[in-house]
Amino acid sequence: MPVKLFDGNSAAVESIRLARPGVIAAYPITPQSGIAEHLADEVADGRIRAEYVRVESEHTAMSVAVGAQLTGVRVATATASVGLALMHEVCGVAAGCRVPIVMPVVNRSLVAPWSLWCDHSDTMAERDTGWLQFYCATVQEVLDLTLSAYRIAEHEDVLTPAMVCLDGFFLSHSMQRVDTPPDEDAWDFVKPYVRRNMYLDPKDVMFINALCPTFEHTEMKYQQMVGFGNAARVAKDVFAEFEQRFGRKLHTVESYRLEDAEVAVVTIGSMSGAAKYVVNQLRDRGIRAGMLRICMFRPFPADEIREALKNVKVIGVVDRSSGLGAAQGPVCSEVKAACYGGTTKIFSFIGGIAGRDISDISFRRIFGELLEVKDGKRDSCTCWFDTREDAMDIREVEVPC
Amino acid sequence: MLTYKVQPKGAVSPGMNTCQGCMIDVIFRNALDVLGDDTVLVIPPGCAAQFSGCGPEASVTVPGIQGNLENSAALATGIVNGFKHQGNEHTHVVVIAGDGGTVDIGLQSLSGAMERNENILYICYDNEAYMNTGIQGSSSTPLAASTTTTPAGKPVNSKDLIQIVMAHHVPYAATASVANIPDLRRKVEKARDIRGCRVLHIMSPCPTGWGYSPAKTVEVAREAINSGAWVLLEYENGKITLGKRPSDLGNVERYFSLQKRFRNAGEEAVRSAGEHIRERYAWLEKMSRL
Amino acid sequence: MSTPQETRTRTPSTRKVLGPCSHVLVAAHTGSWRSERPKADEALCVRCGTCARYCPTACITVRREGVPLTFDWDYCKGCGICANECPKQALTMIPEGSEEACR
Repeated sequence: MPVKLFDGNSAAVESIRLARPGVIAAYPITPQSGIAEHLADEVADGRIRAEYVRVESEHTAMSVAVGAQLTGVRVATATASVGLALMHEVCGVAAGCRVPIVMPVVNRSLVAPWSLWCDHSDTMAERDTGWLQFYCATVQEVLDLTLSAYRIAEHEDVLTPAMVCLDGFFLSHSMQRVDTPPDEDAWDFVKPYVRRNMYLDPKDVMFINALCPTFEHTEMKYQQMVGFGNAARVAKDVFAEFEQRFGRKLHTVESYRLEDAEVAVVTIGSMSGAAKYVVNQLRDRGIRAGMLRICMFRPFPADEIREALKNVKVIGVVDRSSGLGAAQGPVCSEVKAACYGGTTKIFSFIGGIAGRDISDISFRRIFGELLEVKDGKRDSCTCWFDTREDAMDIREVEVPC
Repeated sequence: MLTYKVQPKGAVSPGMNTCQGCMIDVIFRNALDVLGDDTVLVIPPGCAAQFSGCGPEASVTVPGIQGNLENSAALATGIVNGFKHQGNEHTHVVVIAGDGGTVDIGLQSLSGAMERNENILYICYDNEAYMNTGIQGSSSTPLAASTTTTPAGKPVNSKDLIQIVMAHHVPYAATASVANIPDLRRKVEKARDIRGCRVLHIMSPCPTGWGYSPAKTVEVAREAINSGAWVLLEYENGKITLGKRPSDLGNVERYFSLQKRFRNAGEEAVRSAGEHIRERYAWLEKMSRL
Repeated sequence: MSTPQETRTRTPSTRKVLGPCSHVLVAAHTGSWRSERPKADEALCVRCGTCARYCPTACITVRREGVPLTFDWDYCKGCGICANECPKQALTMIPEGSEEACR
């Protein structure tokens, strides 16, 4: 299999190229711009035979995507941050009309304050929009999960759009070696797009998305819920087929040295490499540490998570978004709910906001607190880790007389 | 797939829940009659969403999608490009949207589609307020008109959609009115046969929102033309052609007196509205001579 | 596009559709809204077709001289645009349910 050097954005473009979309609508936004630009290059150079629509906003990008895919072609778009927030309304339309669009989202903080850098506040805000969500740990996974996402989203039992989330800059602008399948092998895996549900065709008339009365709206949502349930099964099947074809293992959740672990962290996204590194260091010192990485956040693999963590005594769940106003970060909320009724102690850790690195030092500190809890030396943890002590005193201004 | 429980009139259900005296039905029936079956509709929320259907019930015999209020032109862009990629350049992709979904919240996506010259037909029926939600003022509501959000009368003039459209250099744009159906049909026919982004702006008076007897819809629309409050024009290849000169240009007294929404318009408002109409017409006349 | 006739005879099987899909053409019984209905004076009518052209519900059928105008009472909303627009004042609105209307 050819090895290429890609950053995360180029890997997303490569997987889109391999899936042969017919219509592309993208609006540039840092750190996604590379995707919008490279897709335009691919079309201009004839490597993708698609209509490239130079839209005037992300809201329009998603609207074009919905309209185009309903005519029976695969579409491509990508976004980040406030762009995703602007899309929000139409993301719900794609989900509710069961249009299985696959969209890379380059994670970047929401405003305010303005930031160009990575956290998960953008995609976490979309977690109940009715989209599948996959979070990548490496650039290789950007390619692999995007290719797989087409198969999962478009499956007749799923028909649910999918976001493939890659951390801004940490992945989008990080050059890594990527095993890339030959075009024909990838096409044989992804397969041509087939319209399976609703469509716009003057030869077979239907009107899509009219007002839905209360007497059947609940049922429409129930249908979507069933789609999510099926997606969990289909994802397993697709990942197994992917491994058989391409030799790389993909996960809904990835357990790392959890078999006999007493303390563990739960991670999501690119922070996971640093976590593994620290787990190895702790293991070398005889400490039974482990890690669980959530790769598929929607549908949330609650049963797998409960099973994987059932013997761990103390767990720290690391959220890369602030979950303001909640009792803990959004990932932690879900992990706690999944593990409800067990004896495991679960703590929320929030950090890595707006590009702040979650380094090995961060994880050593987190594990240190978890171990102290295990040994009965403390009963709470520092939720907002790596936060400056002068947080409330950053600005001090003179008051006019 | 479409199952017929009733015999349609043209491409439209015979019984529509549009208000008594509303002529959006006439716009739909005539437009779809001219365009034919090879048409896909995009309809945002609004009065025209009656034609999207409800639950399993459909109201038109052509396919379509109800979008969000602001993304009609964007959805149409997606549809026309999806068809193009599949080698279908014959299906008409048509938006029928109200003034709110066009001149207010939908202006950005329409502007994008016009700039890219997408091959769509955008029809705006203009009843000069958000009628479906309860007669709230829009940027198409004229000076002095009372709505539920301009109870004392709107203090500013309406946004000039057709001039905004012309500033995008689209291949064809026109205004029309339910007071002149043959003219409206001719303009839809012309738009049908041109490629690129075409925009029709059609005045469709609203008995419920404007406050007149349902029998008077055509009469009110005709009076709007006579007074110059509504100017019939065509824009083709950069050239503006005005319709017949208004018989009573700038004199809005009779037009206003037909409608309750202007009942609080004082002398100053009437004078100011008339002046605006005369100035706008003079400008359009000048442009048409270029 | 399929005509009503074809649809009835040509539907060989069914399939399930997920999500908001409208697929049955129906009509509201708007004739029940009427408080007045148009009445034609055939002697005045010049068959110009204005009433039919501007009728919001396309309820009026104008045929050649000597054949009376017909109205689709299932759907006529009784708005009165036809009477208002008739250039010959050949149409008048009469109260629904009146003796004259019932004739």
